[in-house]
Amino acid sequence: MINKYVPSASTFAPDIDNLILLILAIVGFWFLLAEFVFFGLILKFKEEPGRKAQYVSGEKPEEKKWVSIPHYATLVFDVIIVVMAVKVWHTVKIEMPDAEKENVANVRIIAQQWAWTFVHPGLDGKLDTEDDIATVDELHVQEGQTYVFELTSRDVLHSFSVPVFRLKQDAIPGRIVKGWFKPTMTGQYDIQCTEICGIGHGIMPARILIESPEKHEAWMKATPPTRSAPIDFIATEQPLEDGKVGALNPATPDAALARNGLNNNGEDTP
Amino acid sequence: MSAATETHGHAGHGHDAHHDEGFIKKYLWSTDHKMIGFQYLFTGILMAVIGGFTVYAFRMQQAFPGTHIPGFGRVTATDYNALVTTHGSVMVFWVAMPVLIAALGNYLIPLMIGCDDMVFPRLNRLSYQIFLLSSVVLVASFFVEGGAFGGAWTSYPPLSAKAEYSLTGTGSSLWLTAVALEFAAFLMGGINFVTTVMNSRAPGMRMFDVPMVVWMIVIASILFMASVGPLVAGAIMLLFDQQLGTGFFDPAKGGDPILWQHLFWFFGHPEVYVVLLPAMGIVAEIITVFSRKKLFGYKTVLYTAIGTGVLSFFVWAHHQFVAGIDPRMANVFSVTTLLISIPVAEMIFVYIGTLYGGSVKLNTPMLWALSFIAEFLLGGVTGIFLGASGADVYFHDTYFVVAHFHYTFFPIAFIGAFAAITYWFPKMFGREMNDTWGKVHFWGTIIPFNGIFIPLFLLGARGDHRRIYDYRHFPDLMKAGMQDLRVFATVCLLVLLAFQVVFLVNLFYSLVRGKKASANPWNANTLEWAAPSPPPHGNFPEGLPNCYRGPYEYSHPDRAEDFWPQHVKGA
Repeated sequence: MINKYVPSASTFAPDIDNLILLILAIVGFWFLLAEFVFFGLILKFKEEPGRKAQYVSGEKPEEKKWVSIPHYATLVFDVIIVVMAVKVWHTVKIEMPDAEKENVANVRIIAQQWAWTFVHPGLDGKLDTEDDIATVDELHVQEGQTYVFELTSRDVLHSFSVPVFRLKQDAIPGRIVKGWFKPTMTGQYDIQCTEICGIGHGIMPARILIESPEKHEAWMKATPPTRSAPIDFIATEQPLEDGKVGALNPATPDAALARNGLNNNGEDTP
Repeated sequence: MSAATETHGHAGHGHDAHHDEGFIKKYLWSTDHKMIGFQYLFTGILMAVIGGFTVYAFRMQQAFPGTHIPGFGRVTATDYNALVTTHGSVMVFWVAMPVLIAALGNYLIPLMIGCDDMVFPRLNRLSYQIFLLSSVVLVASFFVEGGAFGGAWTSYPPLSAKAEYSLTGTGSSLWLTAVALEFAAFLMGGINFVTTVMNSRAPGMRMFDVPMVVWMIVIASILFMASVGPLVAGAIMLLFDQQLGTGFFDPAKGGDPILWQHLFWFFGHPEVYVVLLPAMGIVAEIITVFSRKKLFGYKTVLYTAIGTGVLSFFVWAHHQFVAGIDPRMANVFSVTTLLISIPVAEMIFVYIGTLYGGSVKLNTPMLWALSFIAEFLLGGVTGIFLGASGADVYFHDTYFVVAHFHYTFFPIAFIGAFAAITYWFPKMFGREMNDTWGKVHFWGTIIPFNGIFIPLFLLGARGDHRRIYDYRHFPDLMKAGMQDLRVFATVCLLVLLAFQVVFLVNLFYSLVRGKKASANPWNANTLEWAAPSPPPHGNFPEGLPNCYRGPYEYSHPDRAEDFWPQHVKGA
């Protein structure tokens, strides 16, 4: 249902879509039933001259069942939803791909006010080697390849969200959060920052480029290796002369704003 | 107690005795619970106007980005953040809390339990004064250098902790100070409510004879007092981080930003139920009166409310599934979150059951009470998507959350308040509100309300993330139809806001020109209707009432009349 509007481009995206569909079916049924009974009662028992209301306390067992039966039904459906939700959650967030069993590539994601730095492992598939490729606001991945990412932030909280993957994870300064994804189709899609991160929160888009293995290899060969960006939050806490937090790449806060046509007060510049 | 008995003595002198009170004494230094209730009510309405103006400005920016907004001007990215932050904090802390808990609690509790005033009238006065101060501090933060705080109403550090990140150093600190002051004010109110209900009930009023709205406000006050401590501590730590350069939430100094989220949501989630329960209580009073029915299972409602309250302390981390907490914790909080759907759903079942066999009168207060149930249901069931960890990965921080939240909170804060105001208005001010204009306002609010938030559910499901001042930087969110949905929601908002003028005019016109109300215009049972409309200082000039039975003895088979007031003796 969701993939009608937002393509589903990771291995776990269909699981999440199905879970949402299941919940929709269950709560949708109960919602409609409750509203139907509710409006039915209003119409059936609208005041009429001469008719007195009934005196029902709702405390006798035969009356209580009208509340206790839906109560147990709610419990049963809650259990079904929890089991399914935890199963999906386990796949997405708890179970990490096993590097011994499959080929896993690493990628490093560093968020800052207001740009994303992506460190690609290069041809050798390993980070912190000579052929690493660091890019700003552009993540290149290969279709069918399993990735483990390490995510951090240089300054405030950000959140790495790829709607087509159904993936979201907050980036926290001083901490490295690990996660994984495996793209299943090629294309170019939005990466969002979904945690409010200051005046440039609305100008923190990035793009994910999911490429076929051949195209991806061609891109790696054509792009000169750049200095790798190590995860080291203390280094980035050195303020620059203007009092703003410094950054490793050209995308300083001011530069990020300027690139998107904003001045330092968040106003559009002509 | 001395002040209360003193004012009670005055009541015998009748209405004129108050003419010699100066304006300040009467409106700022009053210890009368009814006056304090009105002060909270009208301050809340004034703050709601601010909250409404901010949403007008930022929704216009969403629909027509970069244009000149009439009455505001160009909305910059900085403005946008400040507007959404102000909207959220004002509506939760300065509208829902003062109107639902403080105004109605103060006004209703002594009247409904049949006593002359709160047990701590001076503490009550201080509570309002601190609340007023907190409102002034908040409004002042709009005018300082850098502008109002723009780090969202949840105020997550490090963004909120450092001026170099938020660029609103003074604004952040004023916001935090205002929130902390406000909590101090409500702590005092809460102590008062609980103590008064425990000690000052009318002779003969047993615990199960207490009207549901009073119970709900008491349970809500206990929840509030039990949950607010960690947040006040957190707020002071955050203030230290901002002003003294400590590092409680700064990883570079050994702190942890996630700690704030735990402290905030440990309060923040019970807070939802702190405002939900009074609204549920209001609905219980109104649907029983206007369906002439006993509440379907008084004890069921009471126990589920207590159960909801207890459970609400164990669900907070469902706000943090993807925040970087240990992912295994999400399993526990998914379970508790879905569990809480059971007592809440049960309350709704009870209310629906109450209608069965009734004689339903669809006047303005009843329409509001019924619409609360109809709309809150949608808010409740959409919460399941977010409580289920696997689905929350996708929906977290999207407009789906915004829509879900407003389907719970709008019914609570506004539908609940409109129900209460239209229902108790004759008692409060001794005059009736116009029912026809009341219905015009009702339909003019309910229809556009759904028109605003159903599109937001769809936008959220299509990936719109929150607090974005302009989606043009996100090609996937500019696909065909998406901007149309945003425009549609904004147009509905404009209609909704316009109809609030109908309410304000009706309210103030009826205050002065409304038809004089009798003491019990709705033929209701509870004790506040035994007092004159409006009740004088001391509430019950003919002596405090006794209580002989429960509050919902409507259509009793042994009586010709279809109501049986609590204070009327015998059969």
